[in-house]
Amino acid sequence: MIEVTNLTKKYGDSMAVDNLSFTVDKGQIYGFLGPNGAGKSTTMNIITGYTAATEGTVLINGHDILKEPLEARKCIGYLPEIPPLYQDMTVGEYLDFAAELKGISKDKRNDSVDDVENLLKIKPMNDRLIKNLSKGYRQRVGFAMALLGFPEIIILDEPTVGLDPQQMTEIRDLIKELGKNHTVILSSHILSEVSLVCDHIMIISGGKLVASDSTENLMEMMQPETVLTVTAVAGKREVENILEGIDGVEAESVEETSDGNTCAKIRYSSGDDLRKQIASAFTSAGCAVIEMSTEKASLEEVFLELTSDDEKTAADIVAENDRDSELSDAVDSMLKKSGYDDVPKEESETYGPGDSEAEALSDFADQLAAGIDNNEKNAMFEDVPEKNDGRPENESDSRQTHESAENSDSSSKEGN
Amino acid sequence: MQAIFKREFKSYFNTMTGPVFTAVLIAFTGIFFVAYNMVQGYPYFSASLSSATVVLLILVPVLTMRSFAEDRKLKTDQLLLTSPVTVNQIVFGKYLSMLAVLAIPCIFMIAGPLLIKAYGGTALASDLLAIVEFFLLGAAYISIGMFISSLTENQVIAAVGTIAVLLLLQLSDSMSSILPSSSFGSYVCFFVLILLAALLVYYLTKNVFLSCGVGVAGIAALTIIYLLKKSSFSGLIGSVISSLSLVSRFQTITQQSFDLSTIIYFLSIIALFVFLTVESIQKRRWS
Repeated sequence: MIEVTNLTKKYGDSMAVDNLSFTVDKGQIYGFLGPNGAGKSTTMNIITGYTAATEGTVLINGHDILKEPLEARKCIGYLPEIPPLYQDMTVGEYLDFAAELKGISKDKRNDSVDDVENLLKIKPMNDRLIKNLSKGYRQRVGFAMALLGFPEIIILDEPTVGLDPQQMTEIRDLIKELGKNHTVILSSHILSEVSLVCDHIMIISGGKLVASDSTENLMEMMQPETVLTVTAVAGKREVENILEGIDGVEAESVEETSDGNTCAKIRYSSGDDLRKQIASAFTSAGCAVIEMSTEKASLEEVFLELTSDDEKTAADIVAENDRDSELSDAVDSMLKKSGYDDVPKEESETYGPGDSEAEALSDFADQLAAGIDNNEKNAMFEDVPEKNDGRPENESDSRQTHESAENSDSSSKEGN
Repeated sequence: MQAIFKREFKSYFNTMTGPVFTAVLIAFTGIFFVAYNMVQGYPYFSASLSSATVVLLILVPVLTMRSFAEDRKLKTDQLLLTSPVTVNQIVFGKYLSMLAVLAIPCIFMIAGPLLIKAYGGTALASDLLAIVEFFLLGAAYISIGMFISSLTENQVIAAVGTIAVLLLLQLSDSMSSILPSSSFGSYVCFFVLILLAALLVYYLTKNVFLSCGVGVAGIAALTIIYLLKKSSFSGLIGSVISSLSLVSRFQTITQQSFDLSTIIYFLSIIALFVFLTVESIQKRRWS
């Protein structure tokens, strides 16, 4: 399908893409993942023939993108980072123009424009001028343009940027649907998105491919162990005794908390799930388990581990980042509960690492949390112990909150 | 190409550019027509056209400044350059759309010679030819403006640059008198021009060897010719510069004398700058 060999792109002295090689097979969804400035967009621009590589070749269905550009480009639908929209045209005019540009014959043009408009739900916007559309709609018009004529390969550069959570889910579902018959390559710095949508992930850092594997393998590879935290109403000694009685369980740490409960951390390989045995052991010993939570290496950690040079900084960023996405997840779910549809761009975008809006976002989340009533707040953080009050105190607490926020997020998605 | 032509042409009339361009050009030609042909009773429309060329200096940059600069700024060139169309088609589509805008006032202008004819004028054929040449002059200006627009993503710079270049061309006739007329003076001027050309080659190709080659070969050839035929250099630079003037060539038609070389000159300017625009778009891919 797509064969990229030894791709190198230099801007002056700086290397934007450094000796990149990979192949993309038919009918799969590929995700380019990398921090800002990693070379994702440059690579996509080279694959689509917008820019030329300094060295290396790109073959699309056997056609070299520079030597046989027309044949190669016919197979590609491309949504660049900034949707290439003409402000002075209406949506219908624009799509009609793009269809003609793509060589769709006159009798099929109207149908194909209708198809993509219905798919992206922009039919009602058909007669609106593009300059009067919101960011989310513009993004969808750009997406519709890329889908015109349903080319074999669809390349999307950050397709969900600027969409509200509801639209994001819709677009992700659409991408998954497209992945059944088309080859899709998308780039994103939104890690959860890539892991949700893609069959295969390529992590790019500093213009180099640092990892390329199927999503499951990549997750598997990076999380050989699960850390289970159990909090029980019992003394330290008692908990230690109970845990020793279970096969294959080794407590990493057992500590008494300030309110007289005991918190134990247990580490085991991700393959076996020991939660059942542990819970029943506590029950038969007559101890009440008041909390149980697991930590898994998220893709963000994988990502940071692979793209960061300094491990210590990476760990710091993980902590920060968890807090970050926890907040944005919480915001998302709050917005959904309150039926709030049109999320400003800044809020919906703050998933990735190194986002500077983290502070602004946390303020926003605080305001929102203050604004909603207690019932909702409790529902949202039902798994979180009272003492935390929904705010992370340390790294592990922050992870728990993250998980619970995610749970409520997904449940509310189903509700919609 | 058709798609791009249609879009661009429509877009000129979706914005104010097209109407303003058409209206101003017609208005000024009308004023000159009233002043020369109706009030003074001069029986040739070409005289009014010759004055209207000054208006083109200001109007053409308005038309051409956005042609490529805007696309680049708004990233819409990503759509064009990743679609299954060639760069030639993109450039021709845009160029033809601008010519179409220019053609509208030119069609209105036909009313001038017809009116003169109705009142007993005898120069209808040459007046109509003058309108065709006026159109070609405008087309040559547009090709220059389009090329400058393709070099930058800033529309203001494109407009100012185009005005500067067109003004230089306009004034080149009168400027030729201030240039040295001695043969050594001409030699020095050509020397400087060759160096500039070598610099331009370097800017376009970023190839040191090629640009040095152009410079050294040019200067060597120039020096040899200068040493062999010193006398032919006297006043040469002046006549070369003045022959570049597009407008002075246009003036020859207005004197009721048809000159095929003028049309060929305009067409070659158009071909050169359309070609340079294509190259500058192609080159952008590699930078």
